[in-house]
Order: sequence, then C-alpha cells, then structure tokens
Amino acid sequence: MRHRWVSVLICAAVSAAATTACGSGGATQSADGKTELTIATFNEFGYEELFKEYEAAHPDVKITQRKTGQGQPHHQNLFTKLGAGSGLADIEGVEEGYLSQFMSKAGQFNDLKEIGPKIEDDRWLKWKTEAITTKDGKLMGYGTDIGPLAMCYRKDLFEQAGLPSDPEGVKALFATWDSYFAAGDTFIAKVPGVAWFDSAAQVYNAMHNQLETGYYDKSDKLVVDTNADIKKDWTTVTAAVAKGQSARLGAFSPEWNTGFKLGKFATKTCPSWMLGVVETQAGPENKGKWAVTDAFPNGGGNWGGSYLTVPKQSKNAKKAAELAAWLTAPEQQIKAFKAKGTFPSQVKALDAPELLEQTNAYFGDVKAGALFATQAKKIKAAQYKGPADGQIQETVFSPALQSVEQGKNAEEAWKAAVEGAQKAAK
Amino acid sequence: MTATLSEVDRGPAQEAGPRPPRRYRLSNLDAKVSPYLFVAPFFVLFGAIGLFPLLYTAYVSLFDWEVGADEPLFIGLENYRTLFEDDQFWNALFNTFSIFLLSSVPQIVVAVVIAALLNANLRARTGWRMGVLLPYVASLVALTIIFGNLFGPQYGLVNDVLGLLGISPIDWQASTFGSHVAIASMVNWRWTGYNALIILAAMQAIPRDVYEAALVDGASALRRFFSITLPMLKPTLIFVIVTSTIGGLQIFTEPKLFEPSGGSGGGSEHQYQTVVLYLYQSAFQGLDLGYASAIAWVLFLVVIGVAVLNFFLTRRAVK
Repeated sequence: MRHRWVSVLICAAVSAAATTACGSGGATQSADGKTELTIATFNEFGYEELFKEYEAAHPDVKITQRKTGQGQPHHQNLFTKLGAGSGLADIEGVEEGYLSQFMSKAGQFNDLKEIGPKIEDDRWLKWKTEAITTKDGKLMGYGTDIGPLAMCYRKDLFEQAGLPSDPEGVKALFATWDSYFAAGDTFIAKVPGVAWFDSAAQVYNAMHNQLETGYYDKSDKLVVDTNADIKKDWTTVTAAVAKGQSARLGAFSPEWNTGFKLGKFATKTCPSWMLGVVETQAGPENKGKWAVTDAFPNGGGNWGGSYLTVPKQSKNAKKAAELAAWLTAPEQQIKAFKAKGTFPSQVKALDAPELLEQTNAYFGDVKAGALFATQAKKIKAAQYKGPADGQIQETVFSPALQSVEQGKNAEEAWKAAVEGAQKAAK
Repeated sequence: MTATLSEVDRGPAQEAGPRPPRRYRLSNLDAKVSPYLFVAPFFVLFGAIGLFPLLYTAYVSLFDWEVGADEPLFIGLENYRTLFEDDQFWNALFNTFSIFLLSSVPQIVVAVVIAALLNANLRARTGWRMGVLLPYVASLVALTIIFGNLFGPQYGLVNDVLGLLGISPIDWQASTFGSHVAIASMVNWRWTGYNALIILAAMQAIPRDVYEAALVDGASALRRFFSITLPMLKPTLIFVIVTSTIGGLQIFTEPKLFEPSGGSGGGSEHQYQTVVLYLYQSAFQGLDLGYASAIAWVLFLVVIGVAVLNFFLTRRAVK
C-alpha cells in the first residue's frame, strides 16, 4: 500500500522539478519598478565598470549582462532566437564577421536613427558606420571596436635575408601587394625552411576586402565569376603559394601555434588584437623578434570589431538604444579600451591621449595605440557585403585556398570555389 | 524518499475483513490506473524528447526554412530531391561509411581477442579489466584534440615516427584515406575496451561444462573458440555491432574537432566531412533548417537500414 504514496511522491517531485525548470522566464520589469535591460556580449567588451556607472546615473535602470565566451556560440544563439521570435537580449552584440548574415535579417532589428537619441554623424569612422547602414539608409547598429590591419614581421629573419628590418625601412616592402610578394621571393631564396606568410587565406582575405566590389554587387547579385579583380587576387596568391611563400598553416590551428613558436613564417597580417595572439603563441622565448609597422599593402584594412544592435523583440527598445548610444560614445569606449584593449571605432577616441600613449612591450615598446589609429584612418570605404558573404569567405574560399596549399591545382580549386560560392548563395 | 520506503507498517485496519465500499473503489482505481502512472515517466519523456522532435524534424524538412527568416515556405519534398542530387551529401555518406568500416570492423575483432585474453587466468585480473576501460573514461573532446595534434600534418608525432621508420610523411588532413584512418583510430582508441568488457561479460556467462565436454572430445583451444565461444556470443555480438553501427554512422565530434580551427567543412575539400557534420554545417552555418532536417531524416533511415542489415548478417554469420 505504501508503494502508491511513493509513486505519488515521485510524480510530485518530477512535476515540481519540471515547473521550476520552466518557470524561469525573463521579466522586463523587476520588483522594485526598475526597467531591466539585458545586453548580450561575447569575448570581452570591457563594459563591466561602465554598467555600474550608468546604473548610478540612471536609478531607474538595472543592467544584466549575458556574456558568452566565444563569438561563434553567441551568434548561433542570436540567429536561432531570431528565428524563434523571442529570447533575445535588449541589446545584442554583433561581430563584423557575421555582418552579412545580420544585414540580411536587418528587418528584425530597430533602425537606431529612428528610435535612438540624436547622435552626430561623425562619431564613428565613416567606413564603420557605412558597413551597418542598409541600402535605404537605416542605421542598424552602433560601432564599438575595430581591428585595423598593420603588418607584423620577424626582425631577426628579415636581417638574415638581408632585407631592411627597422619599422621605417620595411615600409617600402609593404607598400603594395606586388612589392610584398616580390619581397617574399627574395626572402624565401635567402632563408630556407622559413615561409613568407602563414597561410594563403590570411593574405587573400585582406586583399579581397580592399576590393571595391567583393563577391556581390550592390544589387545582391553574386559576381564571383565575373569580377576580374577576385580572380586576379586568387592568381597572385596561389602563385605565391606555388613558389613556397606560404607556411601552409591554417590560422588558429594547433600547427599554426607551433609555427609561431618555431618561427616558420616571417610576416603576419596583423589586426590590432593580433598582437596579443602573437605574444601568446610565440611565447617569451621569441620576445624582441617580432615587430609591427604602420604599413599595409595597398593602404589599410580591417579584421574584426563589433556593433551593438537592438532587436525588434526588445520591449524596452528606446531605453536600450539610449544605453547602447551611451556605451559607444568615445568617452566610454576609451574606458573599455583601457579595461580590455578593445580598439575604438570612434573618431574622437582615436585621438585620446590614453590611446596614443599605449605601448606594447612584446613588440619592442612600439606605440601600438598610435600605430593602429593611423592604420584605422587609412581605410577608405567598407566593401558592400551580400547575404552569404561571410559564409563564402569562411566555408568556400578559405578552404579552397587551403586545398591549393595541400597540392590541388589552382585552376581546379578556383572552379570548385566558384561553384561553392554559387551553392552558398542559393 | 528512502525514508518513506524504509519502514513498512501495515496497520491492523488493513488486516481486517471487508473494507468500506469507498475504500474499495479507490483501491480498484489504484489497480487500474497506477500501472500507467508508473510507466508514464518513460512515455512522457520519450514523447517529449524522442518522438516529438523526430516528427517535427520530418515536418520542418518539408519547408524552405531558414533560421530567422520571416515566413518558412512549404516546398514539399524539394529538400530531399536537392539532397539526392547533392555531391557533397554523397561524399559525406561515403566518408561516414568509410570511417565506420575502418573503426567498427577492427574494433570488434580486437575487442573479442582482448576479451578472450582477459577471460584467461591472469594475475591482477580486475586491474587489467579496468585498464582497458580507461580510454572510455577520458573526455572525448580532450582526446580528439590530442589525436588531432598527434596527426598534425607538419609537426605531428605520428609523422615524426613514420619519418624515423623511413616512411615519407602523410598529410593527414589533406588525404581522404589518411584522414579517415586518423579519425577511425580515435574511435577505436575510445571504444575497443568498452566493447571488450561487454563481450567479456558474455564470455563468462558461457557454461563451463560445454568447454569440458569439448575438451574431453579432444577439441583444440582454437576449435573451442570458434565452435563454442563465438556462437555462444552471438546475441552479445549482435548488440555490440548494432550499437557501434548507430554510433559509427552518427560520428560528429571527432571530425568536427580533428582540425579545431577548420569550421564544419571537414577538411579543405570535405575529405572527412561526415553526414552529421554536413547536417550541422547546413543548420548552423548555412542556417538552412529545412535542408538540415532532410539530411537528418535520410540519415535516420540509413542507420535503421544498416542496423537491420547487420542484424541479419550477424545472425547468419555467427551460427
């Protein structure tokens, strides 16, 4: 007879667990009448102290941060919840690499020009804002940080090859892509066993992003097979691979890390945040060997950086936009830069003394802040990105270039890449 | 809950004669309804996290359903038609079977041999038996990353050892067969010991007197193994083969993390992209849920087909 009560107890326990599990929904109005704003970020935005500051100035607002360690799961979550129609934070961080996917769903986000406070147009670098403005002029996000590109190189290996190695002297080598690859020929002839760059995709993507038109034209038509510039870049890079300029080490792979340790390549396309990666991977034993210079073939470029966006799902869109606007003001961004080193996209912040005086000990006490600020200003315009642009770069062209490095015929790999791009764009 | 169970106190009332009618009705209800309540947790859970997703996936596979899109478009069986014309899918299916065969076949043969060895009179028997299970205890992700390093094309340990033996290095990521061998070796490393223990348990359940009779008849050790041990292991072998079929055809973590920075493509030209990896890529990089659901269903049917086939083959082969 007792057994019956046991079963009842079990059922009660199960259903109790189920209700608690389901009963944790999000409320926008907390018990004390404050408006609760949630902000979803990934990696380190450096906002922790800023939230306290904002809450102190706005007693009616309570900020909750949902922090994800890495960008990939954060964006996966973002797009899934977008599909589900609920569950997003009031402010969502969006990384530059996911921008094309984001822009193709811009209709589900608020136009910040419409709901946000009035902001002067020149708060951000022009290309930064351009990239997140829709064709009909809607502003879908506020810029946070950027990753302006410079060139990192191994001083000791350059000397060994008889190339100039001081930051001013190397600038001539990094003037154009032609001079870059020509210097690579000289280098690999003089220093056997060491390549010129780490992998073809790292160089090609930087070249590609400098083109006026990329994989898509402005009417969202895929032009990968008709845009002669793309093929030209492809031919240049694969020719360099054929000559042995590539170390054939896929970026961020374990072997790439080993390549840094062993000094298997002499140059690296270097966004501002890459300095930390180089330091970690090359390690203390290579200190003083790496240098960085404020030059990049054919001008400048950008890799990385994010935006703050306000999804239409948000119930407090106006207040969320106010917070996002405040967080992305130059004064705040400089504080975030000091906290976590996120390089500011705001024009005024680029002239802030805190930034200009920042140095990097690993790279021989170079004035890194000033150097990357110079590089950021060299970028002319943002290339238009079509709906599947990010996917074409990540899952089609980068692997195709890797297949060339693995020995595939460059012409066949090109055909496969074009087909892959057409499939991805479908 | 244990407290409720610990003491059973049947009061005198329960021992007494005829019960009041109301109580009787309750206990009648108890007899009829309670059994369903007891089995309900399984069926409710199975319905919620087994059956429903299965059916819903079938439903989604009939749509052009992009993550975050405003309105999914009903397209009937179009996803399946595209799938059967998709070279990448057939390539993924080939890779899956290739990795499956390279892992399951040697694995089960070796597991039977290990089980036979462990079944012998060994010193520190339990220690050995636990020892073969150690790879199974290790975290799959950590294991995969370590193996990925070992099989690194330029600085990997395996190539260094091959170099010492005078064999030219193999690009484990570029070569299709090479990458399959590398991935299969991870699977084998992890699962051989586990399967050996299951087979060992079955071996120990074989009655001794059968062996004794064979011994009296003069059967050699080899003869005893093939004529007694293997046939008596049949039900267990079927179980092991069917479970490793299901696991093998759903292989994901190993190819996904084989080259951790490489995304979900499974190699520069999909050399080691398996069906589940392609499914993942379609769903979470391509954001095409409809297509991914179609892949899931085709894979589901393939797994069932292969499991049934294996069941009959094994039943006939091991008599």
